[in-house]
Amino acid sequence: MSSPAGNQQSTHTPAALITFAWALVGVPLVYGLWQTVKTASSLFTG
Amino acid sequence: MAVPSFLARERIIARPGFNRWLIPPAALAVHLCIGQAYATSVYKAALVKHFDTSLTAIGIIFSIAIVMLGLSAAVFGTWVDRNGPRAAMFTAACFWSAGFLVGSLGIATEQLWLVYLGYGVIGGIGLGIGYISPVSTLIKWFPDRPGLATGMAIMGFGGGALIASPLSRQLMDLYDAGYNPADKTSVPAGSAVALLFVTLGLVYLVFMMFGAFIVRVPADDWKPEGFDPSTVKSKALVTTDNVSARNSIKTPQFWLLWVALFCNVTAGIGILEQAAPMIQDFFRSGTTSAVAATAAAGFVGLLSLFNMGGRFAWSTTSDYIGRKPMYMVYLGGGIVLYIILATLGSTATWIFVLTAALIISFYGGGFSTAPAYLRDLFGTYQVGAIHGRLLTAWSAAGVAGPLIVNTVLDSRGTPGELVAGDYRPALFIMVGLLAVGFVANLLIKPVAEKWHEPKSTSTDTREASAVR
Repeated sequence: MSSPAGNQQSTHTPAALITFAWALVGVPLVYGLWQTVKTASSLFTG
Repeated sequence: MAVPSFLARERIIARPGFNRWLIPPAALAVHLCIGQAYATSVYKAALVKHFDTSLTAIGIIFSIAIVMLGLSAAVFGTWVDRNGPRAAMFTAACFWSAGFLVGSLGIATEQLWLVYLGYGVIGGIGLGIGYISPVSTLIKWFPDRPGLATGMAIMGFGGGALIASPLSRQLMDLYDAGYNPADKTSVPAGSAVALLFVTLGLVYLVFMMFGAFIVRVPADDWKPEGFDPSTVKSKALVTTDNVSARNSIKTPQFWLLWVALFCNVTAGIGILEQAAPMIQDFFRSGTTSAVAATAAAGFVGLLSLFNMGGRFAWSTTSDYIGRKPMYMVYLGGGIVLYIILATLGSTATWIFVLTAALIISFYGGGFSTAPAYLRDLFGTYQVGAIHGRLLTAWSAAGVAGPLIVNTVLDSRGTPGELVAGDYRPALFIMVGLLAVGFVANLLIKPVAEKWHEPKSTSTDTREASAVR
């Protein structure tokens, strides 16, 4: 993913941290999308 | 202004091997929170009743916040670029959260001025700093896909409202036993809104701090694996030189893009502001509309989805077709869609819904493509600060859009009796505005060399600034 930067020690980003971070923002977003789709559906049913 | 060392830019320079896909959720953690600003309509009626005042007096809270967003983004943009995303996100979290807490105090003590000061002024500063905080960092982490990167973050601003609206209703239902969110006529008590503000303030503080503490900036010599910067330079209008924020506003390119963004946002706000009554008025016969109030609310929800989706989809598309052609689509396509809306919009619901949804997707796309457009024109050096200055176009459009539509509608009749024809003058004004924006975008050419920072200076300045 990245190129060497100077003589710094390299690091590894744990996959679990990336998954957790995406879940933390993804779960509320899915909740919001679901609620909005439910509301929007009344345009076609109501 | 120095920042505590744990917030300093040099403390968050990523070591080799850091995975850049941790940066978009950091940016989203901030934008999903500040996007709540678009969900204020949920408790508007409750505040009108609680303060025994007019809708206009309550609407001012949102107006102050949006004006403060533009002003603080413009004023603090250079500070944000100098001190890095962690300091900016941390500061934004403090202001945004404090805004809710002070606003809550204002509601609890029935002091409307405290709500203006809290949510409007203090929260508005948090909005402005928060909005621009991850932009330049994302562009630096994704030099190969800047449109995708900024699209992801700015999509979050649209998504924030989608989360905050239903969440606020559920929380107010919890805090006020007499409130029924399913009943459109039910209004929650002021105390429930005060408690909602406290809850949102604390939840947003935690969320935004999470973003602040996982965000990192890339090292100066970092580039994605397999990425060749020379391929970027070969594209039209894309520079590898840098222009400072101070110099950027002396260039015609900045002001032409300002005009293009202003016209695009004004046109979009014109529909967003009036969405629910507009669809009912377009299909009104006498005093009754063929579109029920619940269906109108569904239309508003659909627009929110297109607003959010447009931010991601169109900005990502701009990585392939270029920023200037993308803006030609927003503004030129907007002209065609507005003409269709004005002339054929009342003939079938699906025509009205489809054209309005596309217009709103272009509105969202204009916001998310702007930072990448700025990167192309002015380089990455102070793109956050330049973006902050550009957002004053949003503030101006936030005043102009509703003013145009409301002035036209006020001159045509009273709400509840308006029909499609009453909207036509406003819609054709928007067509004219979009034409102005289209020409402004067409006139954008590469920035003259005289404005470029000397190669060594731009890097040195950033390094010197970073340790201040």
